[in-house]
Order: sequence, then C-alpha cells, then structure tokens
Amino acid sequence: MEFDLKKQTVREVNQALHDLPKDQSAEVVVGGISGDHNLAVGMDHPVKITLNGHAGYYCAGMNKSAEIIINGNAGQGVAENMMSGKVHVKGNASQSAAATAHGGLLVVDGDAAARCGISMKGVNIVVKGSVGHMSAFMGQSGCLVVCGDAGEALGDSLYEAHLYIKGKVASLGADCVEKEMRAEHLEELSALLKEAGCDDDPKSFKRYGSARQLYTFKVDNASAY
Amino acid sequence: MCGIVGLYLKNSALEGQLGQLFEPMLIAMTGRGPDSAGFAIYGDEVGDDMIKLTLQHEDEHYPWHLLAEKLEEDYDTPVSVMHNANAAVLKMEAEETPVRGTIGEFDPSIRIMSVGHSIEILKEVGLPENIAERFSLSGMKGSHIIGHTRMATESGVTMEGSHPFSTGMDLCLVHNGSLSNHNRLREELERKGIQFETENDSEVAAGYLTWRLREGASVQEALEGAIEDLDGFFTFTVGTKDGFAVVRDPIACKPAVMAETEDYVAMASEYHALSTLPGIENAKLWEPDPGKVYFWGKG
Repeated sequence: MEFDLKKQTVREVNQALHDLPKDQSAEVVVGGISGDHNLAVGMDHPVKITLNGHAGYYCAGMNKSAEIIINGNAGQGVAENMMSGKVHVKGNASQSAAATAHGGLLVVDGDAAARCGISMKGVNIVVKGSVGHMSAFMGQSGCLVVCGDAGEALGDSLYEAHLYIKGKVASLGADCVEKEMRAEHLEELSALLKEAGCDDDPKSFKRYGSARQLYTFKVDNASAY
Repeated sequence: MCGIVGLYLKNSALEGQLGQLFEPMLIAMTGRGPDSAGFAIYGDEVGDDMIKLTLQHEDEHYPWHLLAEKLEEDYDTPVSVMHNANAAVLKMEAEETPVRGTIGEFDPSIRIMSVGHSIEILKEVGLPENIAERFSLSGMKGSHIIGHTRMATESGVTMEGSHPFSTGMDLCLVHNGSLSNHNRLREELERKGIQFETENDSEVAAGYLTWRLREGASVQEALEGAIEDLDGFFTFTVGTKDGFAVVRDPIACKPAVMAETEDYVAMASEYHALSTLPGIENAKLWEPDPGKVYFWGKG
C-alpha cells in the first residue's frame, strides 16, 4: 500500500492508516514528505510503515504495535509517548525524542538533540550517534543507550531509568552518578545493541543511574503526603 | 510561538531569484506566526558615501515626493524614491543621523524601518502570504534575506511590534522566543541612550545589540554578550550587510534547522520551510548547537 503526501493530506493518510484491519499485518510506504507534522501518529496496528523523507514534529507519536521507519530526519518529539512497537530514524532526531514514552524501542542512526528520552517511562532508546543536553531528564524507567557522546546535565533528577553511554559525558545532571556495570546490565545492553543492529562492544560503555539522594527518595518526606 | 527563515546565496547567479525562493519559506511558517510578518532583504547596494532608507507610513498614498523635495533642498543632493505599497526606499548622499532628524521634524508619523547601504526592512500586520504579496516579495532580487512570522505573546499585534527590528546600519534582528528580563534591561539601555517604541521584548534584544555594536563590538561579540545578558529563551537570526548569524540560547527550547548546499545556506524554525528549496534532498542538514554563534557570509 502506498501514499503520497503531495496528493493527500496528513489527516487523510493517518485516517487510512487507522482504518487498516487491526488483526492483520500490512506494509505501507508513504512518500512526498516535506517536513509534515504528526505523521503516522496514534497507530494501534501491527503494521510496517516506511516514511520516505524528512518528518516534522511528533512523528510516530503514541505508537502502539507498529514498526515505523523514517528514511530521513525526524523533527521534535519523534515517538513521543510510544507504548510499544519500534520506531527507526535513519537520519538525525530533533529534541525530545521518545519523550514520556512507556514502551517499545526507538533507534536513531544519527544524533538525537536535546532532551532525548525526557521523562521516559519504560521505552528503550538506542542512539548510534550522540545526544544533546538534558537527555533522560526525570527518566523513570527503560534504557537510554548512546554510542556517541552525551551533552550537559545527563540524567538530571533521574528515577530508575538505566543510561548506557559509550563516549564522553559533558556533565552529569543533579543526582545522576556513574554506576557499576554488573552482569545483568551487560546482558540488558547486549540485547538492546543487538536489536538495534549495533556491533559496539557492551563492555566499552559506562552505566549511569540515580544516586537516589533527592527529596523524592527520602522516606522522611513521605509524611508530606 | 514565531517562525524564522533566512536564506543566504553562495551562488550569485541565483540573486535574481532570491524573493522567489524565499516567499514559500516565509509562507510555510504561517502556522507558527499568522498575525504579522516581515523581512529584511539585502541587495541593490549603494555607494559608500550614499545611504538607503526604508520608510513606511500608515497612508498607502503618502506623498513621498514631498519628503524627497525637502531632503533635496536641505542637503543639496538628488534623492531617488522607489514606492512599494505603503513603504518607500530613498537613496541619497548624506549621513544617517541628520537625515533621521530631518525626517522626524518633517513628519513624525513616518516610520524609519531601516538605514544602510544594502538593507530594506518591510513588515506589516497580517498573514504572511498577504504581506509577501503586498510588497511583491517574489520579484525581489538580492544576496540574502531573513524573515519572521509572528504569533504575539509579550506585546500587542502592531507593525511596530513585528520583526525584523533594525539594530543599526545594515543590521537587523528577528527573534523566536520570549525574554524575561526585558523590562529592567530596557531601563538600563534607555539610560545609555537607546530609544524604544514598544513594550516588546524582542525590541529590547535589538536595542541591546544596537548598544553593543555602537560600543564597537563585532556581531560575534554582541551575540556572545546576548547569551550572557539576556534571560529567557530565544533563537535569534541577525542580518548583516555581508550575511547572517544564528544563535540559540543555552537551553534551546526554540527550534532551528540549517541547510547548506553549494548554492545557499538556509535556516528555518522548521524543516517544512526549507522543503521547497532546490536541491534540499541532498543538502547538509543540521540543528545549530545551543549557546553557539554561527555566521555565514562574504569574507
């Protein structure tokens, strides 16, 4: 099945995608993309969607079950609030990639800009290049794997998300610390690298996580609620 | 929310098409800024001893020839006038400061949009496509151009509050974002002799750059100072006689994307606005890093 955004609107294409039968897999190709926003949002189908061109904001937002491939760059908020499935950006991703996402896998072949994985709630993210500042800010659950470098204030106010960085970290955010890489972490990281098609050696990464020293982690503060 | 677009031609063979290439970029940013729009185009340069003034008046049929006659008489030099909707471009051999004074005395309701050797600033309230049409943007020629589409947040929807803002000879600023220390900074700048016409925060950023440049700073230094002294969030694009500069605040909430080919360097708030440029499919695309000043231009 093919769509051309030079001939149809985003709304029409998204509606056609939502109208696909939910119990069958299908392959869809969308062309004629020129930075349009909200492409393939709200999918709830086990379909494979290939987007040829650079996507605008919130591409593949709220994705559930679908595999979405972007042959180009993605604008702000790609795969934001993803629940499950897989989103693969072949180029670079702008800021707030996979923001607040609960599940699934986001793979970025290039770089991801600032706030990658902000408030992540269970999604796994593999960035083959580098990530910008404030990445994984308030990350609650899931993994952020970066094969390149991380910008300023990595993992600020982190909860339980696991951060694996191969390159340099410009600075760590409040309460984020380097942690020991144990066998279960190497196993988790190896599986993610493999799924994302990276041949980087898991042992060359460092693990970062929360020191659990901020207000929220202090039992004495429980009486405030 | 606002939209910013800029286009600098590396290939001078395209100069005749500058307006035509730029018009769809400006219109593409209507969603980010539907209430006013404007642009600063650089081209049609006058000699070193000449100045070029872009003036605007509310009256579409303003008798510009009367002003030209007055200037010719006072300065004993020919003044050429070119009309464009409610704007006029005047060229004459003179110094900027006395001419500003003469125009202010002649008719205080005339707005001086820009002064320089190359720059022309045209802006107005309304949809970007209407403003492009009003000033016949698609037919304009030049070496580079920056533009802005506005969705007002900090002050009213007026021509004075729309962008670009002139920041000195051949210099201008467009801004996407909002500043939080503009009131105090405006007072400080007023004490240094910078005049403001509106309550607009972006005008304060423009005034800040005007002051720094007047004190002898380079565009690079002035923008590095802006990163330190302006509190708030911003993507700035600054037009100069030779090219344009882009800078984002260190937090970088406001978007910016750049494209470069052998023919041009372009910037926009969203990629969408670059998608109509020739050869964009194979352009080098990237987002400018936060807190870093970028400049493209001659020399």
